[in-house]
Amino acid sequence: MIEGRDVQGEAGLPTLAFEERGHRPECAGHEHDHHHHGPHGHAAVAHDPAALVSARGLEVTRSGRSILQRVDIDIRPGEIVTVIGPNGAGKTTLARTLLGLERPDRGSIVRQPGLLIGYAPQRFEVDRAIPLTVERFIRLGRRADQPDIDRVLRQVGAETLGDRQLCELSGGELQRVVLARALIRSPRLLVLDEPVRGVDFAGEAELYNLIGRLRTEHGFGVLLVSHDLHVVMAQSDRVLCLNRHVCCSGVPESVAQHPEYARLFGPQAARAFGLYHHHHDHRHDLAGEPMPERSGPRRDGEPRG
Amino acid sequence: MPDPFLLRALLAGLGLAVIAAPLGCFVVWRRMAYYGETVAQAGLIGVALGLAFSLNLTASVLVVTLIISLLLVLLSRQQVVPFDSLLGLLAHAALAIGVIAASLVRGQQIDLMAFLFGDIFAITTSDLRWIMVGGTVALAALAFVWRPLLTLSVHEDLAAAEGLPIERFKLVFVLVLALVVAIAIKIVGALLTIAFLIMPAAAARPLSETPEQMAMIAGIFGMLSVVLGLFVSVAFDTPGGPSIVLMLALFFVVSIIPTVLRQRG
Repeated sequence: MIEGRDVQGEAGLPTLAFEERGHRPECAGHEHDHHHHGPHGHAAVAHDPAALVSARGLEVTRSGRSILQRVDIDIRPGEIVTVIGPNGAGKTTLARTLLGLERPDRGSIVRQPGLLIGYAPQRFEVDRAIPLTVERFIRLGRRADQPDIDRVLRQVGAETLGDRQLCELSGGELQRVVLARALIRSPRLLVLDEPVRGVDFAGEAELYNLIGRLRTEHGFGVLLVSHDLHVVMAQSDRVLCLNRHVCCSGVPESVAQHPEYARLFGPQAARAFGLYHHHHDHRHDLAGEPMPERSGPRRDGEPRG
Repeated sequence: MPDPFLLRALLAGLGLAVIAAPLGCFVVWRRMAYYGETVAQAGLIGVALGLAFSLNLTASVLVVTLIISLLLVLLSRQQVVPFDSLLGLLAHAALAIGVIAASLVRGQQIDLMAFLFGDIFAITTSDLRWIMVGGTVALAALAFVWRPLLTLSVHEDLAAAEGLPIERFKLVFVLVLALVVAIAIKIVGALLTIAFLIMPAAAARPLSETPEQMAMIAGIFGMLSVVLGLFVSVAFDTPGGPSIVLMLALFFVVSIIPTVLRQRG
């Protein structure tokens, strides 16, 4: 756990009512438009005890440049949180900070003890100096039996790649293999940084369907970073618009209609906003907790928009 | 029966080849050739100190390489001077100190060439003991951290995100490297030590499908080069260490040619 302290006298944290799984996006407002909490002007919302990872008031500054400002985020079991935002919005920094790869200058992160994480970094550079087969690469994630290796390779549609050298793979193949490495760990939290980068539209739909299906099967939480402002995976339980601070967040359908979204990406983007639609594969109980239904994996629908 | 000095040279060379193979692979994988070069040249300071205070040379070199390694770990965290510039600076400062110190110690006959390029035919039984004990420690430590070290060499961020305490394993590696460099300096000298580490590994890369295979093939190349190099050295009266390194270079050229041709074609 990384502990930080908010500067006293600093205006309160933006209202990010993650606690309500809203049907209306909650908006942080502009930077000059902070909502104040309590008499001290300082009311960090407590960490969500149910969350796999919960961060409050994250601030990251690098070389004098502010990259993240007062970001709150929770990822709960079985929940897909999609982070979108323009280039330089700090999406990757947010993911890396939650993973413990970057130290926040301020704020706190609480991770469930012993949380098993699967990670697919943004650009996976293969080191050609190391001779490594795909299977061996996956085994480095966890000491696994052959059936387990075959299973994750099949899940990501890479069953023919097992014996290939890692450095011989194409970009799309590599992405699947990195995802397989994340899955072999039977993670409770999957962090995917732009998993559809360089993948064509059909491949993108396929990959999103896969992630949604695996989430239903395994019940892990997913943090999905996407640079695509127009198409957001519809299975996302929450979309978070990031532009150094959290501009708005909410269920996918509502985010596109939010004025902050239009302000950030332009009205055209908002009109073009599309969703990969899905049948509801879970519902929420009164506390807002996702409750997976028992009906096995479903085929997800076609992209719309 | 070969002369005892030739037998000792052969044993020392073969021992070093075995130790250098897996370690050299990691130096190549982790792109630490220049780092290793710096530590090796810094070893000259150890030689100078050992001569000045009449200490065991391998021991004083080991102390210096360990200290320099830890210093480099700390210095790699600062971001004012690029790390490779810093390595170049340190390597050549150490070289200068070593050469000056050797020139100042006039009391005994100092063969500077022996410290720069090694003197494999002057290996003593005590040196052999160092190679055996130090080599066993190095290989055991490397075997112990093999898997995590390989994992973080493939992708450091991925390994860290998966919860591997990467700094700890990197530290072990750096210390093992310091130990092997200290052992190797007596045999192949401060300037050729890193060649002995990276050349067998580089020659083995095109022929390998797995990391372990690469270490094995590197070991075979290393041992063959020692035997051939010593033979050349005796037959043509050429210096031992450089002759071995020349053989390693030939192995590398022969091994890389098919790859280059394939990429051209």
